[in-house]
Amino acid sequence: MAAHSHEEHTHAQRVSFYAKTLWVLMVLLVVTVWAGFLKLPDWLGIAVALTIAVTKATIVIMNFMHVRFSSKLAWLFAGAGFFWLIIMFAFAFADYASRHWEPVQGW
Amino acid sequence: MATITAQTGTERINYLNVRTTVASWLLTLDHKRIGILYLLGITLFFFLGSLAAAAIRLELATPKGDLMTSDTYNKMFTIHGVLMIFFFLIPSIPASFGNFVLPMMIGARDVAFPRLNLLSWYFYMIGGVLATIALLKGGIDTGWTFYTPYSSAFAKGEVSLAIVGVFLVGFSSIFTGINFLVTIHKMRAPGMTWFRLPLFVWAMYATSLIQVLGTPVVAITLLLVAVERTFGIGIFDPNRGGDPILFQHLFWFYSHPAVYIMILPGMGVISEVIATFSRRRVFGYHFVAFSSLAIAIIGFLVWGHHMFSTGQSIYAGIVFSFLTFLVAIPSAIKTFNWMATIWKGRVHWEAPMIYALGFLGLFVIGGLTGLHLASLATNVHLTDTYFVVAHFHYVMVGGAIMAYMAALHYWWPKMTGRMYPQSWAKLAALMVFVGFNLTFFPQFILGYMGMPRRYHSYPEEWWALNLLSSAGASILGLGYLLPAIYLVWSLKYGRIAEKNPWGARGLEWEVVDTLPHPHNFERTPIVTRPAYDYAHPEEPTAIFPAPRPAYVGGGGKDG
Amino acid sequence: MVSVREAELHLIEHGREVPHLGEQYETIEQQNDAYTIGMWAFIVQEVLFFGGLFASYAVYRFKYLYEFVAAHHTLSVVFGALNTFVLLVSSYTMARAVRAAMLQQHKTQFKYLLWTIFFASIFMVNKYFEYSSKYHHQLIPNQSYSAEEVIHHNHLKVDNGMVDLGKRKVSLEEFTGRTKLFFSFYFIMTGLHGLHVLVGIIILAILAVRAYSDHIRRVPHADYMPVEMVGLYWHFVDIVWIFLFPLLYLMGGQ
Ligand SMILES: [Cu+2]
Repeated sequence: MAAHSHEEHTHAQRVSFYAKTLWVLMVLLVVTVWAGFLKLPDWLGIAVALTIAVTKATIVIMNFMHVRFSSKLAWLFAGAGFFWLIIMFAFAFADYASRHWEPVQGW
Repeated sequence: MATITAQTGTERINYLNVRTTVASWLLTLDHKRIGILYLLGITLFFFLGSLAAAAIRLELATPKGDLMTSDTYNKMFTIHGVLMIFFFLIPSIPASFGNFVLPMMIGARDVAFPRLNLLSWYFYMIGGVLATIALLKGGIDTGWTFYTPYSSAFAKGEVSLAIVGVFLVGFSSIFTGINFLVTIHKMRAPGMTWFRLPLFVWAMYATSLIQVLGTPVVAITLLLVAVERTFGIGIFDPNRGGDPILFQHLFWFYSHPAVYIMILPGMGVISEVIATFSRRRVFGYHFVAFSSLAIAIIGFLVWGHHMFSTGQSIYAGIVFSFLTFLVAIPSAIKTFNWMATIWKGRVHWEAPMIYALGFLGLFVIGGLTGLHLASLATNVHLTDTYFVVAHFHYVMVGGAIMAYMAALHYWWPKMTGRMYPQSWAKLAALMVFVGFNLTFFPQFILGYMGMPRRYHSYPEEWWALNLLSSAGASILGLGYLLPAIYLVWSLKYGRIAEKNPWGARGLEWEVVDTLPHPHNFERTPIVTRPAYDYAHPEEPTAIFPAPRPAYVGGGGKDG
Repeated sequence: MVSVREAELHLIEHGREVPHLGEQYETIEQQNDAYTIGMWAFIVQEVLFFGGLFASYAVYRFKYLYEFVAAHHTLSVVFGALNTFVLLVSSYTMARAVRAAMLQQHKTQFKYLLWTIFFASIFMVNKYFEYSSKYHHQLIPNQSYSAEEVIHHNHLKVDNGMVDLGKRKVSLEEFTGRTKLFFSFYFIMTGLHGLHVLVGIIILAILAVRAYSDHIRRVPHADYMPVEMVGLYWHFVDIVWIFLFPLLYLMGGQ
């Protein structure tokens, strides 16, 4: 591509966009630390901490990594990694979570 | 057609004569040369792995363990497994033929990342050398699976070094996968839509997905074993709180899909060969294309079928068993469509086609016996018997290596510019087929009778079948040796090949010269027809409109 | 894929005039797209590489919940939060460097690359202090590992060689093995992540040198893709930490 039109093809955003993103991430950081000090039951603690972590990661992926402005293909690749991660977790835990259902002692 | 008529010999510039120094090979960025480099490496490791196989069959020719001790025998089948799986089967078709023909098939001048491509070859070779050193220096007796605690608490020999070798070859595989994914997405010539792609390209796409998504998991798992060994921690050691079954989960998360890394490219080759020698578009093109993707995806959901008798929850086992049955469907779709293609086509009985037909026969047996192993109840009886050994050799040797031989004979003229003697090639194909069945069919029966794998001695009553198996292996060995002889012979004395010796459709035959130009295409083709358009022989697959403007950037070695 | 018309028009209009266009590509858009998709494929690979570790950690946390929670309490939330803060800021400075590269502002790019290196180094220094405090408390999972600090920190009672975890008792030997498992994962996960940070620092330094030389030579149209790709890598490293922080430091269930 001719060099004169490079600005039109980049994903460069205004500076305030990046600054706002950082602020949101900072707020989420404070929230997750605060939630960590609450005496929540284990499952709820995990749920809260992971929800916030997923939110933070999504914001980084969308805004800093520019997936929000990228082609469908980039969306597909970004999604595939996490989908396969879920497969790995789901099927491994299908084993560990159901082992004690076994009708056999000491299995 | 708007190309220069095929001239052979040495007067035209091609990828072989453009530069001939050793450095020009070791530093090459040309996908074709990297494919050849891979072919050489793969042949080396196939040869080493075969020697170990010969030792195994020699030992099993008699019931007593008289040739080697049980320890040596353990090391021998580990050498055989590690070299054949990681250093032959995994890179065999993708890294050699995939590298060589895939860019030509889609009308590209090269893969997307040529430097990464070369780097992956170096990873492969360094990994291979390290693993070979480990296997020879003391050897390892874990089996190719590196199961804990064989590889940790009870390990003998150079397990860590072998792990480093496999780790490196894993990343070589990942790099190839990334390269091909991007190449198929972004480097297709104008007009080369997804449904005009040859089915080999679809198969390579599915393979690359598995390479990128699966291989890192086995890499980290083996890294954990190495860390466990080095620092004395107990990640997979039950004495220290670890769980050896977790190792198997992570290992098979990759290693079951890895089976499809080995067989999917083979299926792609078979689609090409059957279409060419039946002079017909592959029947049910869309089904065959999507079944490759289906195999790649469903293949990730079935790994627990390797763990039915390990203490994995039976409820998980039921799910894994059911999903394993599902994966048979796309494989069957392919097989039926190939048969329909042959049925409706005009078959030309050339050597690659004979290999492809051999593939069909053996793969069907291998696939169907997989269903016996996928059912929970029969699996308990057959686990760790010779039935399993026979099953995966039917898929891996009867399937993947048959397809590899078909690919070698199919693209040999394009790679070397020479023809090999057809009758010798057909004889070799026949010997491989007969020898293979003699070797491995008795093992189904032995396994059914309960003969366990991985022992160097066995009771007298299994002697006859084992002897038959060893005798068959010698025929099989000769069947593999024969091509080595006549192919090398053909390099010097073979008839000079014309551009399209098989009368095939596809850019790599119709447009690319025999002995391809360093950049494959002197001008970027514009594709106008789907793959395998044998119904319209008068229509070229690609056209060349305006002449390409002169290079401004780039290397300027434009021939 | 480049459409027929696009490719033809492009060749007729421009030829191959961009100096950093690879021989195998037709247009610079094609090359940039290929880099982007390739980098994402690499990140997918990295996700599953770390994923194997996360899955193993999750399995053992599930199996040995009480022991893992007790061990986790010995980690310093302050240090973890500080490092999260530092990495998030470095992600921001990286995004600014990428922006500057896209706009061909070489000097700004140089400045923000240095800031990114600076924050990454602070992260590493923090990690150094954390690791040495673990060493000090014999929490390095090697032969000299001892669960004493974990027991002491959680005010756990030990009698007759049994550790009282409230809802259940385990032998001291088991307790030592299982908490040692936690620290094994702690060191492997943060160590592998730290290795990625180190590699990042090296690449960022190379990019900074390039940006500075582009500035000196007043290159009018430098290739911004290397910076954008390293940016993707750097943000990914940040994301790994975004998950490591709550998993290791925060999730101490009751
Ligand atoms: Cu399997």
